[in-house]
Amino acid sequence: MNNNSMYEIVIGLEVHAELCTNTKIYCGCKNEFGAEPNTLCCPVCMGMPGTLPVLNKQVVDYAIKMGHALNCKINRVSKADRKNYFYPDLPKAYQISQFDIPLCGEGYLDIVVGDEERRIGVTRIHIEEDAGKLVHDEEIDGTLANYNRCGVPLIEMVSEPDLRSAEEAKIYMETIANILLYLGISDAKMQEGSIRADVNVSVRPRGQKEYGTRTEMKNVNSFSAVYRAIEFEAARQIALISKGGTVEQETRRWDDTKGKSTVMRTKEDAQDYRYFPDPDLLTFEVSEAHVKELFDSLPELPVAKMQRYMNDYGIAKIDAQQLAANKARADFFDECTSINKDTAKLVSNWMIGTITRILNDKGIELRDTALTAKNLTKMIELIQKGTISNTAAKTVLDEILEKDIDPEIVVKEKGLAQVSDTGALAAVVADVLANNDKAVQDYKSGKTSVVGFLVGQCMKASKGQGNPALLKDLIVSEIEKK
Amino acid sequence: MELYKKTAAELSLMLKNKEVSAKEIAQSTIERIEKTDKDIDAFLTVTAENALKKAQGIDDKIAAGEALGALAGIPVAIKDNICTKDVKTTCASKMLESFVPPYNATVIQKLDAAGAVIPGKVNMDEFAMGSSCENSAFKTTKNPWDLSRVPGGSSGGSAACVAACEVPLSLGSDTGGSIRCPAAYCGVVGLKPTYGAVSRFGLVAFASSLDQIGPFARTVDDIAMLFSAICGSDKMHDATSKDYAFNGVQSTDCKGLRIGVPKEYFGKGISEPVQKSVLAAIEKYRAMGAEIKEISLPSTDYALSAYYIISSAEASSNLARYDGVKYGYSGNREGNLHELYISTRSAAFGKEVKRRIMLGTYVLSSGYYDAYYKRAKMLQRMIGQEFTTAFEGCDVIIAPVTPTTAFKLGEKTSDPLEMYAADICTVTVNIAGLPAISIPCGEDENGMPIGMQIIGAKFSESKLLGVAKCYETAVGGFKVKEMA
Repeated sequence: MNNNSMYEIVIGLEVHAELCTNTKIYCGCKNEFGAEPNTLCCPVCMGMPGTLPVLNKQVVDYAIKMGHALNCKINRVSKADRKNYFYPDLPKAYQISQFDIPLCGEGYLDIVVGDEERRIGVTRIHIEEDAGKLVHDEEIDGTLANYNRCGVPLIEMVSEPDLRSAEEAKIYMETIANILLYLGISDAKMQEGSIRADVNVSVRPRGQKEYGTRTEMKNVNSFSAVYRAIEFEAARQIALISKGGTVEQETRRWDDTKGKSTVMRTKEDAQDYRYFPDPDLLTFEVSEAHVKELFDSLPELPVAKMQRYMNDYGIAKIDAQQLAANKARADFFDECTSINKDTAKLVSNWMIGTITRILNDKGIELRDTALTAKNLTKMIELIQKGTISNTAAKTVLDEILEKDIDPEIVVKEKGLAQVSDTGALAAVVADVLANNDKAVQDYKSGKTSVVGFLVGQCMKASKGQGNPALLKDLIVSEIEKK
Repeated sequence: MELYKKTAAELSLMLKNKEVSAKEIAQSTIERIEKTDKDIDAFLTVTAENALKKAQGIDDKIAAGEALGALAGIPVAIKDNICTKDVKTTCASKMLESFVPPYNATVIQKLDAAGAVIPGKVNMDEFAMGSSCENSAFKTTKNPWDLSRVPGGSSGGSAACVAACEVPLSLGSDTGGSIRCPAAYCGVVGLKPTYGAVSRFGLVAFASSLDQIGPFARTVDDIAMLFSAICGSDKMHDATSKDYAFNGVQSTDCKGLRIGVPKEYFGKGISEPVQKSVLAAIEKYRAMGAEIKEISLPSTDYALSAYYIISSAEASSNLARYDGVKYGYSGNREGNLHELYISTRSAAFGKEVKRRIMLGTYVLSSGYYDAYYKRAKMLQRMIGQEFTTAFEGCDVIIAPVTPTTAFKLGEKTSDPLEMYAADICTVTVNIAGLPAISIPCGEDENGMPIGMQIIGAKFSESKLLGVAKCYETAVGGFKVKEMA
């Protein structure tokens, strides 16, 4: 047995997501990314003397929506607490967060790992404000503070230590990001830092009940970094224990470019945040009716979508799951089926097959192409009507990925229409049969599968325009005539 | 009679009758400050130019026949922990010596809309922490009745400038007695409103759950005039502010008025002159037909501890933002971050502020939170409950404001505990979020004023002022200090 199978990895994630509300959580400043430094702030979010916070109700609504999506118990009576610590990116020297009564309590999230469905416990979701950003400036050889991000609303979603591999953790995080997008409450862009994770990792010998000592890695900033950070940390801990050492409870900093983590602070210098209820914000209450209203307003979420694709269109589970697991893809698919629902199965095949392959090769997203649902649906309809073959369709696809152009025009301009004229095809077949005598003999001696090869040759000769079904019939009857 | 001696109500009437212009009032106020403040040292900043400009605006309005606000042309001095746009707001601290807020407090906006003229900002104990005004980093304000004595605190400047007739009205803030104590020491009227009755937006926070802005004046009617202009919610800026329709001074007949007298407020530690004066005032109410009932508020003994735990805890968090990074005093910027923090906070906070920050940090730290902060919050609920029960049996409660009259400058600065004990009669009101008014009710053997406080149920300011006015009328008005 190698080390990896002797030990079980236990992971818990704290995922922070910036909510895309119109304004910040405690003031009227716009909530936007990428503005000029210190242009989206006011005396309130800059923590100037005498200013006071007033809670943005939209933040509460968004957090409750996420709570519903993660099957959480909603605490209708909730409060804000101050988390006190000094840092120049935190102008008040405390962060308004929630301590003992989070807005959303226990829940769970089902994720699909390979063929397996795993239920991951959610401990809580609470609302809090983001801090600003510090930038080191070479010119002045000093640190500059940008307070635009101060007061941007965040939800922190804390999972139970239910994740068992880096792969699971990555999928959990992707699933969360996808749900945020489905709900329209966050941009969920890891590269812009709008979702980030603190990763807790421990290991234990398989079969042991007690958890091992855990370490926490702060602000891990991409899905793949989550994966790499866990792989590194688990390996580090296993190596340590295997050598007879012990894991220290500590906070570590993950350096994704170096691919390793280093100690940030040990248990001894753990900060005392001196949490206490924020006296500037009263306990707030959400009515039962409003909680229900928010539940009723939830859009169709990935699991329900997957079920619908299977039931309504007869799409295989694995395909349905893949379509639903990406909001952009699912939206596109839904748009296609709303134009013509009879194209569903073929659209699904093309999206998961050829299109995904092309996107992956180029390393781009669907939204980076010119493809529209209208054009893809039209292309599928042309296939279904027999106007173009699958081979010709690939040429059409290349065109409509590049620019918004009617597939019929592409077919016309490139002369891709399928030839179903028996007279014209008969000549092609005669030619091909004459040049492939061996195949003809094989067919005659009972090796009928060779007809596929002959159809292929005819397609090639007709530059992809021959109707393959018709060609097959012609080939068979010609050989049998001989 | 000289203009400066007039009450706000009198000035307002004269202005309406065109017997005086707003500019004349402003001019007279500035001259009075120039003359008197050399002795009193109440003002930290005099904004003569702004005041004259504002007064001119009022006169223009009068000339044009436009409607006037309720405080049109009336001078109101402002405690220096209330933010005034483009005018220094120092909290009497070296930390904010150069701080100029780019915004107005809600009360300043309301005053401006009502036509008030602001002649300047007045002294206080640093960050409103203190009972004598001696914790100011800039100057020592004196009691107009005896310049060798303290004016009380923390709103010492606000009380002294009204007592010395520099202005008819001023605003202060009260966290544990900071309006009532100096009002009593300086022989003026001071109202600590119900928590939430006045928006705290723009009041530099000391203890957020206890802080309230309130008015000073020389008469009960003037208190009503100023309170009426500043009360009411500002939900856009302060979640703790409440909707409030104040109906002015309620005309009150003392016949049948039930006055509760809590025995715990007349115990040891309360000096004889104070006891005698307050009891005599109560007798006066009895003579006017009021029913006097002895009541008990048993948790009073714990109130001082609860107060110092809660207020210090909140202060330690509220004052953490003064780190030398963004505004105000900045220490050593050449070293590392830690050095910047330490040098800034060591140099720019006074002793008392540091003491409260340390106390507050301690009571919130893990392992001590339950024993201190949590228990203090439990006590807060108990104290509130005791008052609620008490108000089922009486309309108002009367008690002393301070155990003694104003003490000598420097007399108590060496013993913080003795200074804290001076708050014994006032802190329960803040803890319970109640309104209370301090009015003069006599003087001691040295001629120093004595105050009594009338405490009411939440949002009962109208009644409270009515009860206060009964006494004011009965004694023929409060004595005003004649100053050269």
